Amino acid sequence: MLDTAKTRWHPIAASYDLPFRHVFHAQLLGREFAVWRADDGYVNIWENRCLHRGVRLSIGINDGRELKCQYHGWRYSNRTAGCTYIPAHPADAPARTITNRTFAGVERYGLVWSAEEPHGRVPDVAGLREGEQLALRGIPLNAPADAVVSALTGYRFQPNGRLQGNTANVSLEGSDTFSVALRAYEEGAETLVVFFVQPVDSSRSVIRGVLDAGPQGAERLAILRHHNERLSKLREIAEREAQAAPQPAPLEPVIERVSPELAEMPEMTAHGRKATIRVTVARKWLAADGIAAFELRPVQGLLPTFQPGAHIDVHMPNGLVRQYSITNGPGESDSYVIGVKLERDSMGGSLCMHETVREGDLLAISEPRNNFPLRRDAVRTIFVAGGIGVTPLLAMAQALKNQNLDYEFHYFAQNQEQLAFPEKTALLGEALKPHLGFLPETTAAKLKEILSGYRPDMHVYLCGPGPMLEAARRIAADLGWPETAVHFEYFKNTNTIDDSSSFEVALARSCVTLQVTAGKTILETMREAGIDMPSSCEQGACGTCLATVIEGEPDHQDVYLNDAERKSGTKIMTCVSRARSARLVLDL
Amino acid sequence: MTPTKCQDQVVLDLWHPLAALAEVPAGFVQETVLLEERVSYATDGGGNAAVWLSRPDLVAGCPFEPGALTRALPAKVAYGYIWTSLGTPPTELFFIPEYAEPDRRRLNAATVGVNVSAPRAIENFLDMGHFPYVHTDILGAEPHTEVKEYDVELSVERDEIVATRCRFFQPKASTASTEGADVEYIYRVPHPYCSILYKSSPVDETRLDVIAVFLQPMDQEHIRAHMMLCVLDDENEDKVIKRFQQTIFGQDKPILENQFPKRLPLDPRAETPIRADKSAIAYRRWLSQKGVTYGVIPAAT
Ligand code: FES
Ligand SMILES: [Fe+2]
Repeated sequence: MLDTAKTRWHPIAASYDLPFRHVFHAQLLGREFAVWRADDGYVNIWENRCLHRGVRLSIGINDGRELKCQYHGWRYSNRTAGCTYIPAHPADAPARTITNRTFAGVERYGLVWSAEEPHGRVPDVAGLREGEQLALRGIPLNAPADAVVSALTGYRFQPNGRLQGNTANVSLEGSDTFSVALRAYEEGAETLVVFFVQPVDSSRSVIRGVLDAGPQGAERLAILRHHNERLSKLREIAEREAQAAPQPAPLEPVIERVSPELAEMPEMTAHGRKATIRVTVARKWLAADGIAAFELRPVQGLLPTFQPGAHIDVHMPNGLVRQYSITNGPGESDSYVIGVKLERDSMGGSLCMHETVREGDLLAISEPRNNFPLRRDAVRTIFVAGGIGVTPLLAMAQALKNQNLDYEFHYFAQNQEQLAFPEKTALLGEALKPHLGFLPETTAAKLKEILSGYRPDMHVYLCGPGPMLEAARRIAADLGWPETAVHFEYFKNTNTIDDSSSFEVALARSCVTLQVTAGKTILETMREAGIDMPSSCEQGACGTCLATVIEGEPDHQDVYLNDAERKSGTKIMTCVSRARSARLVLDL
Repeated sequence: MTPTKCQDQVVLDLWHPLAALAEVPAGFVQETVLLEERVSYATDGGGNAAVWLSRPDLVAGCPFEPGALTRALPAKVAYGYIWTSLGTPPTELFFIPEYAEPDRRRLNAATVGVNVSAPRAIENFLDMGHFPYVHTDILGAEPHTEVKEYDVELSVERDEIVATRCRFFQPKASTASTEGADVEYIYRVPHPYCSILYKSSPVDETRLDVIAVFLQPMDQEHIRAHMMLCVLDDENEDKVIKRFQQTIFGQDKPILENQFPKRLPLDPRAETPIRADKSAIAYRRWLSQKGVTYGVIPAAT
């Protein structure tokens, strides 16, 4: 009976079976493996089955770092066998848990050893010294391993250096269930051969012989040929005998099932932060001192329609996601132009855009989203831009200009060199009012001047640094502007978020109740429960993750909602805001 | 009748294709294998066919005398193929209305043996995600690998799976253009082992070419795939049209033969589906619901 212990180490390949960028098909006790060496030398021994649709990974492509399945191009990483990319859904990161089964592997004596559940280490073999041995060519044969072992005990051969002779004495040095050691002597020459019999299946084996020494060059070839000939004869006899004996049933290795969550087809993450569009950086230039401009062209097809005020998420090569407003005027739909200011305290977003991204690079972006819509029914519209805050307002102003609507465009910057997109602002003509070199106090005075003279049906759009927006909103309120006429967009939320509360959130339409614990946001809690929700900046600034509150008192921590909206208690930004009451009911 | 080797009554009662009518020399006995049974058939040259379980007195190559035939199997000629059944088949085969349109070319592009189960081959036929990898530069090309959202439904009244709004980027979208573009597809699975694909015609944007696979299960893990074309094309010779489909199929074959296990696992946890596999998931569920066991590994209950 064949010993099928899963704990025992067996050779499954020779080291020479794993040449550069090759994938070797191996089998042990009925189980198939894809065996491949990465460029860093690591030997990967994997279940020979793509987790997606069961295609053998041994026909896959070894690119030196990852193994790519031939069928749908799923990529699996060296060492971890974790899936790193699913091309059918380029915008989604594959679940980290999509990981193929890996098996232990050790290279020793010129062979690659493995076991399903190995115990201990690959055994030391008396008489073999690592590095000096010569691995013979593996001889596959249709005979069960135990029969092959017993046939090998009668193997006769000549020692190295005496291949021509025919009188060698061969002594059996030892044998066990899967190995046989023999030593041949003739006139002072002696050679030890150790055979390991790899049980491929119940009735198939591979003989893997290792000699204790192997000279180089022509003699080496002669030695290999010598054993090859004799082992081939032994194979014929062993196969004939095996054929005469009753055939054992093939072994059936158990293929593990995938985890239950992977078995469910994932819902479309319509929402989330999805980079559905591939664009090329067609042009990159300096739009102003410290501001880089990028013209993004679609790799294919047309870009989606955008509205003035819309922003896109840009997925950067370093994995960060940042929001940038589209500066295009109406009808400029062949590319998107964005402006990126290099932030002094950049966390890597603007730095990456400035230093790493170049013309010709590919980027992934989201569909444009418009959480800063422009009304076009105002008798007069006032734009107040501070620094890079000019970008969404530029798009808006061009739209109004195009419709011959009345507007003025106030643009605060340190100096002339910091006025971005001069070619675009120049088009605004008289409406453009640059305000250079203002300090906080003088800015306030200027804002008062700009915002005085409110009349019904005027609207103001504010975008710029937080303190400037705060000041402008306060001044507008003092000067009688109703909140509904004051529109603003913050770059970021500089409030300190207090996420210490815990409360219950009931989703009315989904009939789900969730517990939001301290340290977790409503958005995170919903996503963990498999409920998706669009989001973009995830810091309470962009407005994408807005939800309607049916019951309960929100604890607003965002900078998106205006005071009236906050007070009404009917809206909440789920990425940062929380609940004051023990329970919130959302219309989701 | 002696018991059949196939024990799956659902599959026994189906119509199964045996051969393209146009390729059968009339008046002589032919032999093939269906559901592990040897089956013989013959045509009279007039579009009629007879099918029976092979028997020693009517071996392959014999001239066929219809009078000699007793105990025949049900036989039907449809869509250019001879069909039979080892059970009690429905009167009608599924309907492909386009087949009757007079301006179409109808041909058997190929009949190919593949070492795979019929359901695995159907899934391959429904699958767009492999185009850039398996049919590189023909049906797809990197980096255009996205499988966009599409709709799948089980049509209850027709008992078939229909996938619509399928779009995939194809490098040379039509004969007229060298540019790539999204090509639209509609898939139907009206039979556990047959599927029909509708694809925008490169010559007439308003109409759809029809490409179907009719699979003949020789056993659970071996099929003969019959590929039917019903296309708008009066330019190309048959040879050219066939060669194209044969190239495509030749690219799928080694992949199919390297799928493990060969039978389609119906346990949802046997493999990892993604959204792009919606139609395959619907197909697996449908097979489960129908109780098909032949060519699949039924989910443990
Ligand atoms: S089967 Fe491997 S990627 Fe689909
Ligand atoms: Fe294919």
